[in-house]
Amino acid sequence: MTMTKPEAETVTSTPIANSLTAGRLPTPAPWIILGTAIAVSAALFAVLGVASGAGFDWGGAIIVGGLLYVPSIWLFSRLVEGGRRAKDRLVTALVTGAFLLAMIPLISLAITVVTFGLARFDAEFFNSSMRNVTGEGGGALHAIVGTLLMTGAAAIISIPIGLLTSIYLVEYGRGRLAQGITFLVDVMTGIPSIVAGLFAYALFAIFFGPGIRLGIAGAVALSVLMIPVVVRSSEEMLRLVPNELREAAYALGVPKWLTIVKVVLPTSIAGITTGIMLSIARVIGETAPLLIAAGFTQSMNYNLFEGRMSSLPVFVYTQYANQGNPPEAYLDRAWAAALTLILIVMALNLLARLVARFFAPKFGR
Amino acid sequence: MSKRIEVRDLNVYYSKFLAVEGVSLEIEPRSVTAFIGPSGCGKSTFLRTLNRMHEVIPGARVEGEVLIDGNNLYDPDVDPVLVRRQVGMVFQRPNPFPTMSIKENVLAGVKLNNAKISRSDADALVEQSLRGANLWNEVKDRLDRPGSGLSGGQQQRLCIARAIAVSPEVILMDEPCSALDPISTLAIEDLIEELKQQYTIVIVTHNMQQASRVSDKTAFFNIAGTGKPGKLIEYDATTTMFSNPSVKATEDYVSGRFG
Repeated sequence: MTMTKPEAETVTSTPIANSLTAGRLPTPAPWIILGTAIAVSAALFAVLGVASGAGFDWGGAIIVGGLLYVPSIWLFSRLVEGGRRAKDRLVTALVTGAFLLAMIPLISLAITVVTFGLARFDAEFFNSSMRNVTGEGGGALHAIVGTLLMTGAAAIISIPIGLLTSIYLVEYGRGRLAQGITFLVDVMTGIPSIVAGLFAYALFAIFFGPGIRLGIAGAVALSVLMIPVVVRSSEEMLRLVPNELREAAYALGVPKWLTIVKVVLPTSIAGITTGIMLSIARVIGETAPLLIAAGFTQSMNYNLFEGRMSSLPVFVYTQYANQGNPPEAYLDRAWAAALTLILIVMALNLLARLVARFFAPKFGR
Repeated sequence: MSKRIEVRDLNVYYSKFLAVEGVSLEIEPRSVTAFIGPSGCGKSTFLRTLNRMHEVIPGARVEGEVLIDGNNLYDPDVDPVLVRRQVGMVFQRPNPFPTMSIKENVLAGVKLNNAKISRSDADALVEQSLRGANLWNEVKDRLDRPGSGLSGGQQQRLCIARAIAVSPEVILMDEPCSALDPISTLAIEDLIEELKQQYTIVIVTHNMQQASRVSDKTAFFNIAGTGKPGKLIEYDATTTMFSNPSVKATEDYVSGRFG
């Protein structure tokens, strides 16, 4: 007995190899490997640059370094950590690479628009139209007003139609009629925007004769593009409302229409608002239909129902397509208008997020 | 306040599928009746026909008669909305409206119907209903907080408060305790005992002890096999059903020797 006790102690204090452990690369290892890969490729490019006499190619060095990193991290991980972890590292590297690749055009576009757009992003740009302006100066107020008016009118037309259609599809629609509507909405989603413009032009030409160009025609063209987006997004949101809530309301003796108005819509209003804002953001940048249906003008026009109406995308197009003298003035105006349009869309998206957060069902205690 | 339910030879169909066949029973006012039976035997389906909630499911229809104090629910001129104002329902999973506060949830039956109610009346109704559901003391300080922030058992009692706020004659409960812990279950069983003084209560349950604890009469439903219609096997006083049933299948089921 006296002999076994210390023995037992030594047994427990001896570390036993844990069969659940496996080799693991130290945490900074991937970064070290990435740095080495880029350094190797930079050295390669430096040699090439000296040999060919051309300068050092930074972009090429980073891309080749990144490409070099993928197989090397896999190889190291394979040796140290085994096959499963190696596969994980490989896929992580590929996915991150794809993400970075996708970010390049986005960031490049943002930088380009901001650098070129800032040249004319001044007060005059926002408080004057292009009336009697040749060459430098002038602004896009008429186009901004036109864009806001036409998009607003398109929203006023499309939101009720789209929302009511989606309510019909989710709450009432059965059988062939609902299937047919769903099919047609899907087809409408794929209509080329120029066709929507031609449709609106043809529709108004019936009543006002050929050559008619009105702000409201542009709004109709935009709503043709907007309605299917509103229908699809609201439909998805309404379907997300649990049936239990509808049943709870029915069981309280609430009629169906009141259940929809007071239970289903408030529950899904956050998602529906987001969908509507995104559909507005989708049509606000349309050029072709507005060029056909609303035309363009150099002057202010606050009336949707009379005369041609400019919009920001069409303004960009006309400034670029019909450059006068000096051409830089026209190009700068085009870039500034593009920047304005992007800022408007960004503001709309931000607004959509705020609205969604504000309306979302609350779960606080 | 409470009414007598009489069911005569009721068949329930989902499109062409006969789900429940030939049910006839009478439910006395101010009593608790429990429906027991294996899953899929049509208990819930039958319960839903008592306030026409089965119509929410497309293709569901009924043959036969359900009389509430002599008024046939399935008369062609009957408005299902009016039926549901008399026959309230509590569901298996607590389903408070997520956009509404506790107070608004209790008042949902009034407010959703666009009825005008004065502030003092509303406050009185909220307190009375929440007291009726044994929830007042737990939530009286946070009536304006969202109903979905309560615990599962509290949410279920909130749903019961919501159901009794519209002062129905009958309350149907579809497995109201199946998602709750034993303590919340006990709270709800006590509540059923109290509600019995004023309302006719019909409860579907899978818990045999619960049926024997809370109910005055018990109905046992069974099904011959998948695809066959569910039938009412036996309907009698709860004590008889659990001690001395007249049908062998009932005895097997209540004693756990089923199948």
